[in-house]
Amino acid sequence: MIAIIDYGVGNLFSLKSSFAAIGEDAAVISDPDALKDADRLLLPGVGAFEDAAEKLRKSGLDQALLEGVNQGKPLLGICLGMQMLFEKSYEYGEHSGLGLLAGEIRPIRDVIPAHYKIPHIGWNALKFERPDCPLWKYIREGDYVYFVHSYYAVPSGDCLSASAEYGADLTAAVWKDNVFGCQFHPEKSGAVGLSILRAFCEVPV
Amino acid sequence: MITKRIIPCLDVKDGRVVKGVNFAGLGDVASPVELAEYYSGAGADELVFYDITASAEGRRLFTDILTETARRVFIPLTVGGGINTTADFERVLGCGADKVSVNSGAIKNPSLVREAARLYGDQCVVLSADVKRVDGVFRVFAKGGRENTSMEAVEWIKRCVDMGAGEIVLNSIDTDGVKNGFDLEMLDAVCRAVSVPVIASGGAGSIDHFIELFKTLDGVDAGLAASIFHFGEVKIRDLKESMAKAGIPARL
Repeated sequence: MIAIIDYGVGNLFSLKSSFAAIGEDAAVISDPDALKDADRLLLPGVGAFEDAAEKLRKSGLDQALLEGVNQGKPLLGICLGMQMLFEKSYEYGEHSGLGLLAGEIRPIRDVIPAHYKIPHIGWNALKFERPDCPLWKYIREGDYVYFVHSYYAVPSGDCLSASAEYGADLTAAVWKDNVFGCQFHPEKSGAVGLSILRAFCEVPV
Repeated sequence: MITKRIIPCLDVKDGRVVKGVNFAGLGDVASPVELAEYYSGAGADELVFYDITASAEGRRLFTDILTETARRVFIPLTVGGGINTTADFERVLGCGADKVSVNSGAIKNPSLVREAARLYGDQCVVLSADVKRVDGVFRVFAKGGRENTSMEAVEWIKRCVDMGAGEIVLNSIDTDGVKNGFDLEMLDAVCRAVSVPVIASGGAGSIDHFIELFKTLDGVDAGLAASIFHFGEVKIRDLKESMAKAGIPARL
């Protein structure tokens, strides 16, 4: 069973529906104890980093999640959920993340030309930095996925697995051992997105 | 590279898709859920659902349709029509909408834009503006284009962006339903004034009109249309291929 971690941020309906569409058993879980029964973990997130990180901590789900990751369960963070995998974010101040990946979250504005619009909204092509990433099993480089974000991850390790060009190469996906993250929304990226979720469900536990 | 988006718009009344010409003379087209699935498969980048029902019964039907669509279609979904309060945002977001479009609700109560942006993020709040020339000035119209608010359009749109609107749908009443091309002059005025994505609406009659739109105005991010897609006058697949051939970034 895939646990869609519900810490009170955003709407999980589409995510749950997308797993149903590929025939996978996913449950929305808000009880830290219930995470123990899951084989795979999914960390969603929309909105502001500080608020989301605080809610995740208050719920106690952060500790249950870290425990699951330590046991080797595959984890996929999506959008803000991916950003929270990193050490810290500079979105309205400085805030700590889960620290599963080395690096930080910074404003896109700092690295792109002035005439580019913020947020980065829309369909952009994936450039594989790690073609061997298991998430790319059913898709090809250049396939389009849907982004909505104003901040981006700057990894300081070697976890970058895909980027997207938007006046600069922005982090699109990350991978280290059993920890995966997508800045884009696979649940809103049509057939390509569903293929990525299917590949995640096939990552060996 | 980010692509230019093609967005079919579905006006939904009593559970069916309708499309008016100059906002009048509604005609029945098809089941919204089936049409949404069809468009998603055909390469639509996003969908807009407008609830044009007035009755409570119609509203409940719309919510059911939305839920069923979000269960089967995995591209971004924007919902508008009858959005007057943050409770209306909650209602449609809970059914799987990704973005919510406000129009008359924001005109009646501009702080709705700020409040919603604070609660759900800028990316969730789409300002839809129906704009018409009155004595050479762009004026904002309310109530589906029936009522002149006398507000100057570019000022109004800038104000909403300052309050947190993350995207603009600019619908030109002057070109809507006429099928003679998008209102490039009006769109240019808005693109110059704001730094958020602008979606062009009103006037598309052929593939060439979309090519003209994106070639002429770099600041336009997406083109929205309804009847030409519903009646198959423009096939989304053909449109995307033509865009790519013309050097416009498109998701094929």
